[in-house]
Amino acid sequence: MSVKPGSLGGESGVGEELGVGQDTAFRGDRTDEQALTGATSSPRPSRRGLLAALAILALLVLAPLLGLPSWLVFLFTVAFAKGLVVLGVVLLLRGDLVSFGHGLYYAIGAYAAGLALRAGFPLRDAFPLAVLGALAGAVLASIVGLFLARYRGIFFGMLSTAFSMILYSLLLKLYWLTGGTDGIAVRISSTLGLQPPADLIRLTQYYFVLALVVGSVYLAYRVAASPLGYLMRGINDNEIRVEYMGASVRRAIYRTYVLSGALGGLGGALTAITVGHIAPDLAYWTASGEFVFIALLGGSGSVFAPFVGAGVFELVRNYAQKASPYTWQMLLGSVLLVIILFAPGGLWSVFERLVGRRPTGSAGGPEKRPAKERRWALSSKR
Amino acid sequence: MGVVLEALNVVRHFGAVKAADNVSVQLQEGQTVGIVGPNGSGKTTFVNIVTGYVKPTAGQVRFREQDITGLEPREVTNLGIARSFQIPQLYTSLTILENMLIALSIRSRQHWGFWGPLKSADRVGEATQLLARFGFADGIDQRVSTLPEGGRKLLDVALSFALGPKLLLLDEPTSGVSVDDKFGVMDTLMEAMKRSEITAVFIEHDMDIVARYADRVLVFAEGSILADGDPDSVFANPAVRTHVLGEGV
Repeated sequence: MSVKPGSLGGESGVGEELGVGQDTAFRGDRTDEQALTGATSSPRPSRRGLLAALAILALLVLAPLLGLPSWLVFLFTVAFAKGLVVLGVVLLLRGDLVSFGHGLYYAIGAYAAGLALRAGFPLRDAFPLAVLGALAGAVLASIVGLFLARYRGIFFGMLSTAFSMILYSLLLKLYWLTGGTDGIAVRISSTLGLQPPADLIRLTQYYFVLALVVGSVYLAYRVAASPLGYLMRGINDNEIRVEYMGASVRRAIYRTYVLSGALGGLGGALTAITVGHIAPDLAYWTASGEFVFIALLGGSGSVFAPFVGAGVFELVRNYAQKASPYTWQMLLGSVLLVIILFAPGGLWSVFERLVGRRPTGSAGGPEKRPAKERRWALSSKR
Repeated sequence: MGVVLEALNVVRHFGAVKAADNVSVQLQEGQTVGIVGPNGSGKTTFVNIVTGYVKPTAGQVRFREQDITGLEPREVTNLGIARSFQIPQLYTSLTILENMLIALSIRSRQHWGFWGPLKSADRVGEATQLLARFGFADGIDQRVSTLPEGGRKLLDVALSFALGPKLLLLDEPTSGVSVDDKFGVMDTLMEAMKRSEITAVFIEHDMDIVARYADRVLVFAEGSILADGDPDSVFANPAVRTHVLGEGV
């Protein structure tokens, strides 16, 4: 029987791993943060939330048509693909599990698509390759998850990293298969059967990825409101009680992990298709760190947050690299620092405050919740 | 009436402490059993052994003629033994209703569902009714962390009850509940038990409560059962009066 693993200094596990000061890192005392936790849910989707989501979607659909430069369309396509991986990370964060190795699924999805094309996979279309990537992620996660579902806290995080680094070494060393550091060129011949002229390829990719993102967000939203989704929050609160109710904590984590792996694989395959080239770096630990970074940046207050985080991340990185080619990581780090200090719930919390979404129920009592609870609760608020 | 639970020569030592020293006992179906005894006499250990949280060093535990020694808490729970805790074990960041809904989804083995909502109309209806039976009417949308200790205690019991057990073990259900409320809480609990024909075991320090609600009393002392019988005869036992009631004889 496991002891509540949160006791392993897990209060600010992520902050620790990012080298951010422990305990104080994500503490904010603002009670309006409670809005993000979605502890109370009205039975129907909040109308305001739904409208906001639709407005954002409309903006994303229209933006390229209203003159968003092509390089930005490309940047956001990649950002959304990464956002899918981050969404997988956030699903696990709900159960207080920090996966510091999601590069594993990112890479396996990308390489599944790349290797399939190289091996003469008959369907050279973006959609079957995306499905293949998601499947590869799910299959790998169903094996790795058998080991990982036994661990919590720092052990879960480090073991995740270990698995991703094993894949990294394999991708690097199996030159005959993967081309080593040269990587593999990924060239698709169509997207959903469409073969757009060269100047519209990026746009087609953008809409293709956007459509899959919308589907995945809906899936994650359903999962968050489902018995399994709540069970994960229960696990976060009290594993002992979950077992004493007759449910297997390990199995719940395992299932969530497989789902998370599938999202990672999907994100990887979409990145491969969009960028057109893959290399072992996708599995390197810094890639995994990036996903956790984005999860914190966006916040875990909503299923939309990972995509906001990913978009802002790519933008900041782009400009930081331009402004300061050698120390751009410092700028990126500063941005995260500012977010942690002023918006511990991530960028999404800032957005929610602006839109004015307040707790819909009476759950926002006068007491202040511990930072840990606040940080990770994915909004199942509807 | 058949035997629900049977412990046979159960032994468990923690270092030099004999938490269970050759405990043998049979519980009959439908009984309400009070367990009393000084601190460290092995009451909670007995509950922990029965529910699989602590493995006995020797001996056997049988539930409805099935050997359950060494099973995990989850397996024991699924066979029909539920327990509540001395320190309430709840999902504190969720609401009272959500706590109950999780229990119900697990009882109906639907907890793996990832598409349908937890808050389906049927489940919410059932949860609301059950909660009402335990006195939770208004404010079930409140987060559990806002509940006072007594309320948590009651919710902890309600969650165990919601699992639909055959045998329910309650570890100090009224500790932390104010003196004025104790009898009210016990009335609610016992009424719910009787109606569902649950065999109930409760650990209790308040002898008035034991005398009033138990039809059988087990007295634990230093890991063994010092006395066993109906409340009147047990409380008349001189050894019990010395050990448990603290009367200087």
